[in-house]
Amino acid sequence: MLGSGADRLRADVNRLLAFLFHQGILDEQFLQLQQLQDESSPNFVSQVVNIYFQESEKLLRNLRSLLMERKLSDYKNIGIHINQLMGSSSSIGAKRVRNVCVAFRAASDQNNRTGCLRVLEVLEHDYCFLKNKLHELFQIEQQRILAGGVGYPMQN
Amino acid sequence: MARNGGVAWMRTTEKIDGYDLSTSDTEEVHVLAVDDSLVDRKVIERLLRISSCKVTAVDSGRRALQYLGLDEEIQKKETNGFDGLKVDLIITDYCMPGMTGYELLKKVKESSAFREIPVVIMSSENVIARIDRCLEEGAEDFIVKPVKLSDVKRIIDYTTTELREGEQREGARAKRRGINKRKQREGDDDLSSSPPSTLSSSTSSSPSSSIQSATAPSSPSTLDSPTRRLKMTSSE
Repeated sequence: MLGSGADRLRADVNRLLAFLFHQGILDEQFLQLQQLQDESSPNFVSQVVNIYFQESEKLLRNLRSLLMERKLSDYKNIGIHINQLMGSSSSIGAKRVRNVCVAFRAASDQNNRTGCLRVLEVLEHDYCFLKNKLHELFQIEQQRILAGGVGYPMQN
Repeated sequence: MARNGGVAWMRTTEKIDGYDLSTSDTEEVHVLAVDDSLVDRKVIERLLRISSCKVTAVDSGRRALQYLGLDEEIQKKETNGFDGLKVDLIITDYCMPGMTGYELLKKVKESSAFREIPVVIMSSENVIARIDRCLEEGAEDFIVKPVKLSDVKRIIDYTTTELREGEQREGARAKRRGINKRKQREGDDDLSSSPPSTLSSSTSSSPSSSIQSATAPSSPSTLDSPTRRLKMTSSE
């Protein structure tokens, strides 16, 4: 039935969100973004998050190539990249990625290349996890709307 | 552009001539938002639009100055001659490549045409020294990122209040002028020599003046800001 399909999917969305909050992947800033979504801006969250994905992947690629340089000395540039990633992660509520950036910055401040590479691996992994989960979230949301659920706001 | 020569308001004078004492609450606040991060620009834009503001978002301090008509390298006809809308408020990120938000703040406050515009600084770093430095340089407020709707609403609220009070003062002055033109000659001079804005660093201005020093703010609505800063500090 149309109604219960949408309801079931809404429950799925809520369950996934609760999981992401509980695991510390997301924080309340993500909820803040959801509150900014309405009929005048019905895709706001996915728009901003997609921009975040594009920017983050660029930053992560640059970080990896900077750290792989044979003669690595430009830790200042690395720091700038980390700060950008940290800032945008914080702005969308990507708590875990943001926290890994903090550790990354600490290693970078100490010019610790090995430490940086280690943290970068964690960062890449956590970023991938976040991206997959958010894609999942948007997918279920889309299905929910197609099943007749109200598009906005995302939470009740 | 002021007719009486004393008040450096950026607003057009049509309302004053018509003795229009109505406040500008139907007129939207126009905010110039400055942030090098595209994600943050999108978010602040949305926060401001939802708070019924007109928004112009730029990605650098340099572009902000260009928009205002303050860029030395791009000569504008006169400072009032920019073709954008009049800016009521500037919200800028602190950490930006090229010109920092702090440097932008200084340039705005150094300009005679734009120093009245309140400037709010945003930063992800909650460093007291940084906050104090910005406030000392004349920043209206300092928001710790990530920016929330409550932050924006608070700032728009007291910006609107300041603007409205300014207009009421203007309107009252104009009304007095209109009622008794001849007698007003001396009165005019007195009025025009008084500080026109409550947004400057003068502490003798209106009750709802903004946070300029670290001393206790005078209105409930500005309490959130230092409280939030203190809260953040203690949790570190």
